Amino acid sequence: MNFPGSGIFKGMVVSAINLFGSYFDRAHAKRLITEQYPEERPTLPEASRSFPFLVFDGDPEKGIRCVACKICEKECPPQCILIEQDRDENGKLLRRPKVFNIDISVCMGCQICVESCPFESIRMDNIYEVSSYDRFDSLVLPKEKLLKSNEYYHSIHPTEAAETDARIEAARLKKEAAAKAAAQKMAAAKAAAEAKAAAEQSSQPESQA
Amino acid sequence: MNFIDLLKRIPEICKTPETLPLEGKKLILDFVTWLGSLVGIAVPPWVLTLVNILVVIVAIIAVFLIMFALMSVWERKILARAQNRYGPNRVGPWGLFQPVADGIKMLTKEDIVPRNADKVVHFIAPIVMLVPALILPVLLPYGRGMVAIDLSVGILFFFAVGAGSEVAIFLAGWSSRNKYSILGAMRAIAQMISYELPLVMSAVIVALVAGTLSPTGIVEAQGGYQFGFFPNWFVFTPWGFVACVLFYFSALAESNRSPFDLPEGESELVAGHLTEYSGFKYALFFMAEYVGMFAINGLLVTLFLGGYQAPLPFLTFIPSWCWFFIKLAFLAFSLVWVRATMPRFRIDQMMQFAWKFMLPMSFAALFSAAAWHYAGRGLLGWGISAVLVAIPYFALGYFCFTRHHSADNRRYLFSE
Repeated sequence: MNFPGSGIFKGMVVSAINLFGSYFDRAHAKRLITEQYPEERPTLPEASRSFPFLVFDGDPEKGIRCVACKICEKECPPQCILIEQDRDENGKLLRRPKVFNIDISVCMGCQICVESCPFESIRMDNIYEVSSYDRFDSLVLPKEKLLKSNEYYHSIHPTEAAETDARIEAARLKKEAAAKAAAQKMAAAKAAAEAKAAAEQSSQPESQA
Repeated sequence: MNFIDLLKRIPEICKTPETLPLEGKKLILDFVTWLGSLVGIAVPPWVLTLVNILVVIVAIIAVFLIMFALMSVWERKILARAQNRYGPNRVGPWGLFQPVADGIKMLTKEDIVPRNADKVVHFIAPIVMLVPALILPVLLPYGRGMVAIDLSVGILFFFAVGAGSEVAIFLAGWSSRNKYSILGAMRAIAQMISYELPLVMSAVIVALVAGTLSPTGIVEAQGGYQFGFFPNWFVFTPWGFVACVLFYFSALAESNRSPFDLPEGESELVAGHLTEYSGFKYALFFMAEYVGMFAINGLLVTLFLGGYQAPLPFLTFIPSWCWFFIKLAFLAFSLVWVRATMPRFRIDQMMQFAWKFMLPMSFAALFSAAAWHYAGRGLLGWGISAVLVAIPYFALGYFCFTRHHSADNRRYLFSE
């Protein structure tokens, strides 16, 4: 059917199909794809990232992986990380941070801190509802807010977290193996020394005799 | 007469929905008389006349402003659905209170007047726009015996007053002292004057056939049913159908709606004559546009769609004034549908369409109506008039609006 003005009718039919389809054919993949944001949340892709957080194993006090080496603080391009090392009552430096602040209004999400961390301690979060009226109290995240469990890390980035765990496990096994080897070496050396001593002892009377 | 009697009349009135608005008006007048008797004086007749006028004015303004509010949210909803979006759904249930939010926003906005603007004219323009728009609905028959002013030259008066909005648009464009405003206003004037011609022509045809210029008379001429079931509306005759479509598109152009929204084409002219308006003045323009749109579509219902007549004989139990508003709602829906479908015209296309297509077609419809009348208004006349409008339609479509050249030997027009 082609007559003058037929194009208008074709167009009207198309818009009518979309109009009524949006009410009666909602299962169609292209209908009403808008996400009703505060009620519906997006399922974030696994690779999504926003700001860094600190991983701990088990207990947030004892299980903290960070040793306050300050590598991330030095590497951070916009310098949004502040670390202060903890001390015990005698003033001796401890291998854990006393202060760990990240200013997420400065952070640019470059992930360089994550890549530079030798202790698999700092990782990227995917939180996105952090806007606030207050520049300092709620946008400078202290250690308490940054610390999140390894389980949480598994829940947001499962693949990456599994890789990290495997690496930690491998390092632990290697360390154990090395310790074992060292112990064996020590034992062997001790045994050799004992044998030598025994031989010396047994040879002494002979020389005396 | 006492107050209890008046109260007792309310349920009686509600029993007959057909005459409900008229009886309601009478009740209010009797209430005023009762108030007078309470004070101990006979209410003079001029007070009753004044109250009568006030009741009608308040009713019409209230109905049309409520329709404007509902339309503004309904339009956005339909438009959104046609584009597979949700549309406004945050304010109230299904976003129904969106007009309230919009109104509060508009009223609390700063009212900016450009420093170099002609301040008096800038201030007057929205009022000049709104007043004719609010006069227009007065002439329409909403139901049997329900017309505020039954003018014998109602159609003529309608177009005469309706043309006032053109003056207002030019006032707005000129006083703003802004190149986009004046360009938009000039476009609007060019467009509205061009489309006034087919608009009036198609109304003239109906006036000729009905033999009257009074809207009530035209509606009465469309009463009754052919073969006992087929309504005698003018839209169901070939000339009437053509005239109705011409009127519809001219009405679109007159009310500056898509696809004829060139005067406000934001990609070219920012917002046309509305560029320098904000706050309440902008809201007034918007209101006038919508009320004018309802009025001109109400006229379309009156002229072609049988006004308050029911479409089928057994549907007459629904009151006549309901039928008028049902038809108007359908037309309003179709306006949004068209807006959701069609892109904006180019200015030369728009002018071409008005002068090369709409005007010849309105003349063809006039001849066709004459043939229909002189062939005895029966089936024979129906056939002859159908041929008489079909020939010019296809001829115009073929010779003026179809490209007969391929891409190789394309002629470049001036505008291209």
